[in-house]
Amino acid sequence: MRNRILALILILALAALPTITQELGEASLLALATRILIYGMAAASLNFILGYGGMVSFGHAAFFGIGAYVVGILASHHASGEPLFGIVPGTDQMLLTLPLAVLVAGLFAAAIGALSLRTGGVQFIMITLAFAQMLFFLFVSLKAYGGEDGIIIRRTNALPGLNMRDKATFYYVVLAITVLFFYGLRRLTQSSFGTVISGIRQNERRMAAVGIPAYRYKLYAFVLSGMGAGLAGALMANFLRFASPDMMHWTKSGELMIMVILGGVGTLFGPFLGAAAFLILETFLAAWSEHWPFALGLILLVVVLGTRGGLAALVQRITALVRRGVK
Amino acid sequence: MILVLEQLLNGLQYGVMLFLLAAGLTLIFGIMGVINLAHGSLYMVGAYAGTFVAAETGSFWLGLPAALGAAALTGLAIEALVIRKLYQRDHLDQVLATFALILMFNQLIVMLFGRSPVFTLLPAAFEGSVEILPGLYYPPYRLLIIGAGLLVAVGLYFLINRTRIGMLVRAGSTNRDMVRALGVDIRLLYTVVFGLGALLAGLAGYMAGPILAVQVGMGEQILLATFVVVVIGGVGSIRGAFVAGIGLGVIDTCLRAFLPGMLRTVMPASEADALGVGISSMGIYLLMALVLLIRPKGLFAAGS
Amino acid sequence: MSVILSIVGLVKTFGGLIATDNVSLDVREGEIHALIGPNGAGKSTLINQLCGELVSDAGTIHLAGRDITHLKTPDRVALGLGRTFQITSLLDELSVLENVGMAIQVREGHNFRIYDLARGRRAVWDEARGFVASSGLADRADIRVADLSHGEKKQLELIVALAMKPRLLLLDEPMAGLGHVESQAMIEMLSETRKSAAMLLVEHDMEAVFALADRISVLVYGRIIASGTVDEIRNNPAVREAYLGAEDELC
Repeated sequence: MRNRILALILILALAALPTITQELGEASLLALATRILIYGMAAASLNFILGYGGMVSFGHAAFFGIGAYVVGILASHHASGEPLFGIVPGTDQMLLTLPLAVLVAGLFAAAIGALSLRTGGVQFIMITLAFAQMLFFLFVSLKAYGGEDGIIIRRTNALPGLNMRDKATFYYVVLAITVLFFYGLRRLTQSSFGTVISGIRQNERRMAAVGIPAYRYKLYAFVLSGMGAGLAGALMANFLRFASPDMMHWTKSGELMIMVILGGVGTLFGPFLGAAAFLILETFLAAWSEHWPFALGLILLVVVLGTRGGLAALVQRITALVRRGVK
Repeated sequence: MILVLEQLLNGLQYGVMLFLLAAGLTLIFGIMGVINLAHGSLYMVGAYAGTFVAAETGSFWLGLPAALGAAALTGLAIEALVIRKLYQRDHLDQVLATFALILMFNQLIVMLFGRSPVFTLLPAAFEGSVEILPGLYYPPYRLLIIGAGLLVAVGLYFLINRTRIGMLVRAGSTNRDMVRALGVDIRLLYTVVFGLGALLAGLAGYMAGPILAVQVGMGEQILLATFVVVVIGGVGSIRGAFVAGIGLGVIDTCLRAFLPGMLRTVMPASEADALGVGISSMGIYLLMALVLLIRPKGLFAAGS
Repeated sequence: MSVILSIVGLVKTFGGLIATDNVSLDVREGEIHALIGPNGAGKSTLINQLCGELVSDAGTIHLAGRDITHLKTPDRVALGLGRTFQITSLLDELSVLENVGMAIQVREGHNFRIYDLARGRRAVWDEARGFVASSGLADRADIRVADLSHGEKKQLELIVALAMKPRLLLLDEPMAGLGHVESQAMIEMLSETRKSAAMLLVEHDMEAVFALADRISVLVYGRIIASGTVDEIRNNPAVREAYLGAEDELC
């Protein structure tokens, strides 16, 4: 019950944000909030296989980038009027582009996951990285879609009845999707499948002994996770009005992992906190000094070596203290 | 034919560089179980320290001990301050902690030396090119790198197979618990191995200086290729690192050299170049994926 | 009595080392077949071959008449094979009840559902509660496995295995590390279990073996050197020499 009230307060606060930022005249804060929500979804998707499923994927930005490119490629064909592969017409309708981005990212995740999950440990980390790098270089070499410069998307995808060029409207769309995403993710972690996946992380041998063929379950989780990242990527392409190979570079995969660990591995809300912490740090450290990556590295090092459970654990400890104080 | 031979030599030279880095990385992973993304940073530290001393003193050869020393000392410092805390952690923590080190080292170098690339002078005796076969002129400096790399390979072979430390290293990479059970000072073994790995990375970095630009981010470019070598060769296997290093060096170099030209015969030049570069950049990753699908632990996996 | 598990000519080698050498034995419906032998005789290897963690080099395994030699562990489990681990292997972050619940949930299927509530599967949890309540861990139901004692983990291993409703149970040293009182409780639990499942019992504790076993096979250096009733094995000179004599546990 308390959690529901907290969630409601948080949603209301987020819903009020555009008004607040407008009053303050800080439009850049709204953009920051939009990015936090989008990256939060990408990081939460990664966290599902990493934290709940125990699969350390070092190539998750690939699916983020795929989602972005689906939007970008469809938009460029829509603009030029030439159908893709000669048959698929381009589109700028978000109701089409988002599901397609999710679907295509899921297909890539199915292919990459099916191959990668035959390995484990460090080999799994490296093979997921390798597939992501392959896709990175593939898009770098696709001159038709801008090569390393990427695709510029002339205008944000349309939703019927809404003016998507308005920053606040776009933010509300992202917020609505985030709320749905988060609710779905919560159901997923509590579902039969979610508990089995968490069991596999804890002890794959035990799960096999009670009759679970781990590979299939891990693959399904990998695909779901890729689809989530694809959704986030599609939204990011809409937000930036741009899709480029950099979105799937291995350092981007690293950043998603940083968000997960900053927030708290294997927690539901942690990745959103982590995305917020990472992007806020990045924004303010960058304003403060050009040497901000050093500070970021230091903070990351301290978090990894010094804390257990990231920000989510910290928040929990503080609320526990406050509750005790109230009593 | 001359062209092919030249590219094969270039591939060999790139291959021994990969081997120098991969040898350390594979031992560090095989023995300590630590994924060290910061290995590329040690390569960069070696390159900068050596190049700096060489520029100050005007002597290429004085830069060498500086590069080795700086890389080894940095390696020992990292091991004592960070890596030691990661032995018992999972891969995720290791990846992120050493990723953090990359961020810090890159920025430290920017603070010290700025962002623009630094160029190293060749040692005078190795300038120009020599005719090693009729019609095949080749830069002697690259031959020096190949020679140094092969020398290190031979040295490592003797170290691993003929010395007590080598015996422990071999035992450690197949069965970590066994070495612990032998009552060996495992801490010291770890430190020695990490220091050695750092030294080799520094050597590779400094030798790369006159060929590539010494710049921030040089470590990451070669780091990923090095990891591919380690994984293909089989984690913990020096022999695997050697075979995979040379193999990948040659394959990667030849793809880059010849693929765009071959594609140009079937498509417009600009597209062929872009596609050729793209595919040849993908080559090593594709190879790794193939190898892992056939042998999930790599070619010369220790303990299998 | 019909045969539930039949092994013929099973072989496993590691490099040049022969771990199990042409092992043949069978377990009948409703019996406890004990497998004894000195350390390193290949008992654990055999268990791992039977449950599918190791691929056999030669030989066949039939479970209730079906050839399971080439099946993977989960498929063998689906056909009614259960096991316990010598070194306990449980879901450490979950409670006793949740460990049992997971086994039942898996048995019941529908585990690719992503939008149901695992907690809301009444039938699963009612059955799990029943299992735990009728066991020695009744008052420990909500304790995390990580906080259980060794003896309690050993018990839970068995409860989880039973919750799968197996037709054949492979027990890998269920008494190992238990104190006297705990051993007695375990012996009692196993003899209760006899009603629902046949068992292949690997065990060092001779008291338990003689109390429980209907038949005994003796494995030495990967070979079965004798097989028979408790009395036959007790009086078999080859067994006394090769194994029992050395450990003096018979007396």
